[in-house]
Formats: sequence, C-alpha cells, structure tokens
Amino acid sequence: MEKFSGKIWVLGDDIDTDIIIPTEYLALKTVNDMAPYAFSPLRPELAGQVKPGDIIVAGKNFGCGSSREQAPEIIKALGIKAVIAKSFARIFFRNSINNGLLLIENDKLRDVVSEGDEITVTLNESIEYNGNKYEIAALPDNLMDIINAGGLVKAMRKLNGLD
Amino acid sequence: MGSTIIEKIVRNNTGKEVKPGDIVTVNVDRVMIHDIFIPFVASKFEEMGFTKLWDPDKVVLIYDHLVPASQVDDTRHFKVGNEFVEKYGMKNIHRADGICHQLMTEAGYVKPGNIVFGTDSHTTTYGCVGAFSSGIGYTEMASILGTGTMWIRVPETIRVNITGKLPKNVMAKDIILKIIGDLGADGATYKALEFAGDTVENMSVASRMSMSNMAIEAGAKCALFTPDEKTAQYCEMELTDRERDLVGDKDAVYCQVLNYKAEDFVPVMACPSNVDNVKPVAALEGKKIDQVFIGSCTNGRLEDLMAAAEVLKDKQIAPFVKLIVTPASRKIYLEAMKNGTIATLAASGAIITHPSCGLCCGRTGGILTDGEVVVATNNRNFLGRMGTSKVEIFLASPKSAAACAVAGKIVVPK
Repeated sequence: MEKFSGKIWVLGDDIDTDIIIPTEYLALKTVNDMAPYAFSPLRPELAGQVKPGDIIVAGKNFGCGSSREQAPEIIKALGIKAVIAKSFARIFFRNSINNGLLLIENDKLRDVVSEGDEITVTLNESIEYNGNKYEIAALPDNLMDIINAGGLVKAMRKLNGLD
Repeated sequence: MGSTIIEKIVRNNTGKEVKPGDIVTVNVDRVMIHDIFIPFVASKFEEMGFTKLWDPDKVVLIYDHLVPASQVDDTRHFKVGNEFVEKYGMKNIHRADGICHQLMTEAGYVKPGNIVFGTDSHTTTYGCVGAFSSGIGYTEMASILGTGTMWIRVPETIRVNITGKLPKNVMAKDIILKIIGDLGADGATYKALEFAGDTVENMSVASRMSMSNMAIEAGAKCALFTPDEKTAQYCEMELTDRERDLVGDKDAVYCQVLNYKAEDFVPVMACPSNVDNVKPVAALEGKKIDQVFIGSCTNGRLEDLMAAAEVLKDKQIAPFVKLIVTPASRKIYLEAMKNGTIATLAASGAIITHPSCGLCCGRTGGILTDGEVVVATNNRNFLGRMGTSKVEIFLASPKSAAACAVAGKIVVPK
C-alpha cells in the first residue's frame, strides 16, 4: 500500500470554498494564476509558505460552500499531497476525487496535532503521528476506479477510445 | 416499506427499487452551466474526447455571475460560451435574463420529478417543484454533457415537518435559517431534506425556493417539496399520478425528523461568518449598518421585493445607508415595475440594479471594506464574499433587511 510522509498545516472547521479561493480570483486564466490567493481571506501568507508534499489537516466540513472546482485544483496546484479532515462537504469531495486530490477522513487527528509536525499516511489504512496509529477507511471501489484511471477526464478519454 | 421523495424520484428514473447508500447511475433530465464555469466545462469536454452533446436541448447555459462584465477577463467567459453554443447546436442560452436558479424553473426547464445537475451549489433550488437537483463541478458536468448519465449515492432523508401559521414578520428565509442553525453547516451533508406540513403546503412556490435554495448551507444534496396545485400552476402543467405520488410515505425510513411549530418562529439572522451562526434579530438589535442588499437566487423574487416595499412604503432609508435591490430575473423586474414595487423602492432611496447575481458573489457592484456591516438577503456570509475579509455580513429575510435599511441599524421588522 502506498505510504508517504509530510509536514502539516492545521486549519479549523468549516473551511469554505470562498476561503480556499475567493470569487474575485475565479476569472483568472489558470489555477496556477489563482494558487497564490489560496486561503487568502483567512491566512494570506499560507499559499506562499506551503511546499510540495505538505499535508493539510483540518476540522469538520472542509470545502463547504460553492461548487467551484478550482478549490481542489488549487490545493493540488500548491503541491498539497492530501487533505485530512474530520469530514468533507459533498461537492468538494466529488470534485477532489475527479481531479485526483487525495482526501482522508479522520475525526481524531486534528485535535492532537500542531502545525509543522510531520505525519505518515499509509493509503486506505492508517496515519502515524507521534508514535500513535489512527485508522482510516478505504475509499469505495467506484471512486478508486476514477482515481486509478487518473481522474474523471482520463476515465472519459478511455471511454472515448483516446488513451 | 414506504419510500421518501428522493427514493421515489431515483426509482422512477432508474426503474429499480433503491435504498439509501445504493450507488446508481441516473439518466439526467436537464443540466445548467453558468458563466463562471463554461470555459472550464468546454475545455474538459473536449479534453475528454467528446465531439457532440448527448442532447443539446437538455443543456442550458446562463450568464449571471459576471453580467454585465466588470473586468476585461470576464468577457472571455461570454466569448467561450457563445462559441460553445454555436459549435454544439445549443438553443437554450440566456445572456442577460437573470439568475440561473430563477430561470431554470421560471423558464420551464425543470419539472416535478426531474433529475437535474448544475455547476453551482445552489442548484438544490429546484427541489421547490419536487425535482432532485444538485450542484456538481465542471469536470463532472463535462462527462454528463457527453454521456447524459451520472453516478449518485442514494441519500438518506431528513424529514422536516412544519405546522401552523407563521407570525407576520417571519418569512420562509427565517425558517430555513433557523433549520440550518439547528442542523449545523454540515448537519445534512450527503443527505436529502424533505419538507412537509401545512405551513409549507400553504407557502408559495417562491417561498419554497428560498428554502430549497439554502439547503446546501446545511450540506444537503437536495431539498424536496411535494408537487401540488401551486407547483402545477407555476410550472404551467397538469400533474400526473406519478408526480402527485412524490410524497414521503408514512412508513418511509428517515434518518432524522425535525418538528417545528410555525408560531414559534421569530425573525433571525445568520451572523458573521458562517450561515449556521443563527441568532434572533432581537438579540442583535442596535448594531449600526452601512449597507443592505435585497436580491439573489434566495430572495430576489417578486414576493421578496414586495415584502421589502411594504416596509419601505412612504419611508426613507437612513441617509448613511446604501440599499441595493437586485431582481432575480427580467420577468420579476418587469412585474415589479408594473405593480409599482420598483417605484416604491426607488422612492425610499434604493439603488435598483439589473437582474443578476450581483453583490451576492461580490462581483457587479456594492462591495464593502474593512469594518463595514451589511445586512443581506442572499445565502452566504463567508469571509470576503462581499469585499474584504473584515466586512461583517448578516443574512436576513427581505422584511428584516428593509426594516434595517430604514433604521440604519439592526432592528426587528414589525
């Protein structure tokens, strides 16, 4: 099973899509143009500080709000390896899967970690932190199919006989 | 065992009995794409290798968030949209007729029992006529445009019963804000809401729209009302037995049941900066305000403008307050002009804008700065939604909003 480690950034409950990327930047041409403004209403400095491979750990209802798919795309563009939250909002969850951003649900980790700590994730199995193991659920098969295809675009290209 | 409304809609669509948790593929009756996402939908659609729409007549493109363009970059969205319409033979496009969620039912694109997806989270709105409708991202929209299908997980249902007569200063907005406050911003995540009881039976379709519109603020996948005679009249159709049967059965299984007495509701507001931070207006009285916004897909309908006009008739708004009124559609704008509502609002000092999303998404006019306070009738009060992240946004009913505009501070409407 795939295993990776990373430094964590800690956020609170109800991190909404207007925080992840405010509407005023949505008309910028590419997600890479938008990425510097990620999380700017809450923590304007954050987008400049995160490094590829870092992990976000947040509270409940991460990604609530609008259907803007730029939200997971931008998090991915920043190089964030995974978002671990107590729970995720529905549309954000689907959008993340479709864009290959890894989301992990765990309701305990957020309350014990501090920003800057390092954690190790074993996909579909567990998270290790400070000598303790936190179990995580495996994703349902139909979602793993999309992820394994490399996202929904690639799955559809396959359907259309392009790849 | 009986079924909930959403279980019946999915069963009718797939021809199979379903239960919550089942993952099924549904045939989509209609889709809506708005201006912000059309460039992304168009490029994903082509990247996926599709060369034609599964059914051009089932696709609706609506320009509303960026209308009229306020930044040069916005014009690209219209250009790409127009090219997409031309290339794929679409007929259903609205370039300046109003807000997408208003037009989808108003222009007759959505009927009871339909399954509809849109590239906007407030697509839950069409539950007002008994349709299963939900928001999705642009990648999934692109795959529906090619295939006409979508996988869904059949949701559990939260039943909300409301009985009795509402106090005169309470609107549907107050009810849904109270419910969101009780459920919490994630209390209905992945779930369907189902509204019933004589209070909602007596409501107009417009009031039901305000409620289904905001269901997403509790995380809901959809929010359903049983189609009735009012629905039939609004949709300009006769209901068949299949549509009349879209009622939650007595022996249906609900994951949660909420019971409310209409008489217990009071005017409320969602306080900064979460929609579930709901307090009685009475507890907020006296807070000075800078601006009032009446509009949006939540509360920009004729009955909302008329409710505001009733409060504002023969009165002047406070001199330091800006009141922005944005009708949800051109049709509503014209009706409000004909019946004198616009004249009443303008005479009180209101700025009347063109039908669009307007200030709700912080785009076409009225943004605020640090320390300013706005009372608004739309659906979100998130940080930075109407200007800087230090703007305080209080969400309220049109009656409450109008009363605040006159007082220059938060007050309970009479």
